[in-house]
Amino acid sequence: MTSAKLGAGLSALALLAALPAAAEIRIGASLAVTGPAAFLGDPEAKTLEMLVEAVNAEGGVNGEPLKLVLYDDGGDPNKARTFATRLIEEDEVVAVIGGTSTGATMAMSPLFGEYEIPFISLAGAVVIIDPVQDYVFKTPHTDRMACEKIFADITGRGLTKVGMISGTGGFGKSMREQCLDVAEASGVEIVADETYGPNDADMTPQLTNIANTAGVEAVVNPGFGQGPAVVTRNFAQLGLELPFYQSHGVASDSFIELAGPAAEGVRLPATPLLIPGQLADDDPQKQPVTDYIAAYEAKYGDTPSTFGGYAYDAFNIVIAAIESAGADDPAAIRDAIEATSGYAGVTGVYSFSPEDHLGLDLTAFRMLEIRDGGWAPVE
Amino acid sequence: MAELLQFLVSGVTVGAIYAAVALGFTLIYNATGVVNFAQGEFVVIGGLTAAALIGAGVPPLIAAPLAVLAGLVVGLLLYRLAIRPAGQAPLVSLIIITIGASIFLRGAMQMVFDKQIHRYDGFSGEAPIGFLGATILPQSLWIIGGSLVVFAFLAWFMGHTRAGRGIRATASNRLAAALVGINTRAAMNLSFALSAAIGALAGVLATPVTFTSYDVGVLVALKGFSATMLGGVGSAQGALAGGLLIGLIEALTAGYVSSDYKDAAAFVVILAVLFLRPQGLFGARMTERV
Repeated sequence: MTSAKLGAGLSALALLAALPAAAEIRIGASLAVTGPAAFLGDPEAKTLEMLVEAVNAEGGVNGEPLKLVLYDDGGDPNKARTFATRLIEEDEVVAVIGGTSTGATMAMSPLFGEYEIPFISLAGAVVIIDPVQDYVFKTPHTDRMACEKIFADITGRGLTKVGMISGTGGFGKSMREQCLDVAEASGVEIVADETYGPNDADMTPQLTNIANTAGVEAVVNPGFGQGPAVVTRNFAQLGLELPFYQSHGVASDSFIELAGPAAEGVRLPATPLLIPGQLADDDPQKQPVTDYIAAYEAKYGDTPSTFGGYAYDAFNIVIAAIESAGADDPAAIRDAIEATSGYAGVTGVYSFSPEDHLGLDLTAFRMLEIRDGGWAPVE
Repeated sequence: MAELLQFLVSGVTVGAIYAAVALGFTLIYNATGVVNFAQGEFVVIGGLTAAALIGAGVPPLIAAPLAVLAGLVVGLLLYRLAIRPAGQAPLVSLIIITIGASIFLRGAMQMVFDKQIHRYDGFSGEAPIGFLGATILPQSLWIIGGSLVVFAFLAWFMGHTRAGRGIRATASNRLAAALVGINTRAAMNLSFALSAAIGALAGVLATPVTFTSYDVGVLVALKGFSATMLGGVGSAQGALAGGLLIGLIEALTAGYVSSDYKDAAAFVVILAVLFLRPQGLFGARMTERV
């Protein structure tokens, strides 16, 4: 074989290899589909798969089919980083969605600036976007905003002295610190500060102490998983009458199920996803919320969760950016994401800027109260 | 006063759950010397099976025994499929097999059930019972009662029945036990089945209070195992006393010192006890002949 023939053969091979990549737009995702954060990552993955299918059924983005490369990192930061590298180097994606947990997100995030690939995280903590990194965005509200929303509601009721009982898991711990941090600026005073382990069976001692604290006027419970439901049941068991607040971490119907009648009167900040029927017709989020719920229920026979909603918004922001900037240059997609303004998603209305890569304000949270086993907006 | 009473009630409730889990460790340990790291998974299997059945409309009084039976069957399978084929493997290998089994069971439960948190209503309703200013859930009484019944059963079974003595003989020297005519294989089968059933029962009783999901087994087993160590491995009295003691220490520390230190306080006491009495509070001092 002459070297000319070899060269021709090689370039033909190279052409063949390059062809499918040119014909489709690849988006990457690394989510905790299994493992301890699976109840977050599972609806996120399902949402992305559903949306990609829907986009392709309508002819793709700018006429090109979309391909989702999804990896399951199990919430493990090491795996997440490996998968992020693989997504960028081998799968040659133009944008990455994911990082179900803050840990996984923080392990991945330095890579995106280095390779100049836009990334939208689905994790909660404020450290992801503060300080702002050029290529890193996120869609979920921060726990700091949840604290501010709760404290605003408490002061709105004319109360100031707050007792806190927080889970010691990652979510509860982070939110507790943020709440302590914003308390003074929000005009409330934390008079009691108790904690419990994520698997504890009984929190009556902590609640007894809070109830016996002089002057306590409201109780806030930052936490995640089953702990808040146990706290809520114990709260009712002790017959406490104080205004009681949960966090957005338990904003789902399963919390009402787990806490039972004890949940009556509990307030928490949440996305409009929980109250589709009670949104005003002129609410910009009504359309996306009802669309998302209908599509998810049709495909999976299950109501979508807040967490799936984060993925829904991240996906639509990325797709809108690709539509306007094309799929060739990830840096142009980044610029288009940052230029997103007034996008009404299911979580909130996003307006990014070079200084703000979350793009939400407190209006994204609705204060809800549990009444008659359902959600009711508090106004 | 009402305060102290509430702390004590909380401690006894939580302690009874630890004790119920701890009691499950004793039988397998007594028969084989193996600390079964899949014990927490039996607790979860009991809870999840009961939750699934009750969710499907089965009355709790039928669902509960069925869930215990499910645990028992899984326990038997664990022995038949994982422990027995290992034959005369050293103890450490068997313990590692149980760790593998626990990971396998977690995965299997995730597939068979789901990843959600489950609970069902207590067997005697949900209205708290108040006395002297403290309140207790009716289900807590079930848990305390259940632990005491299991304890009494184990004490009687191990000390006063042929099967129980067979298990103890098998534990102390399998070859010698076989030589005097004890069916050691039956003794091992029995110990795995009963241990798993006790674990599942703990799960069935505790789930209305603690809730359950496929992945809580490790944490449940950790506290149960701490109770076992504190009381003395293999001793039913020890499991009961150890569980209640840890529960009370946690509740009183959370109540009077700080909830941040409650786990630390419990572990400090365990360390102190094990330092002074390595065999635990009720453990028999072992003398090994060489």
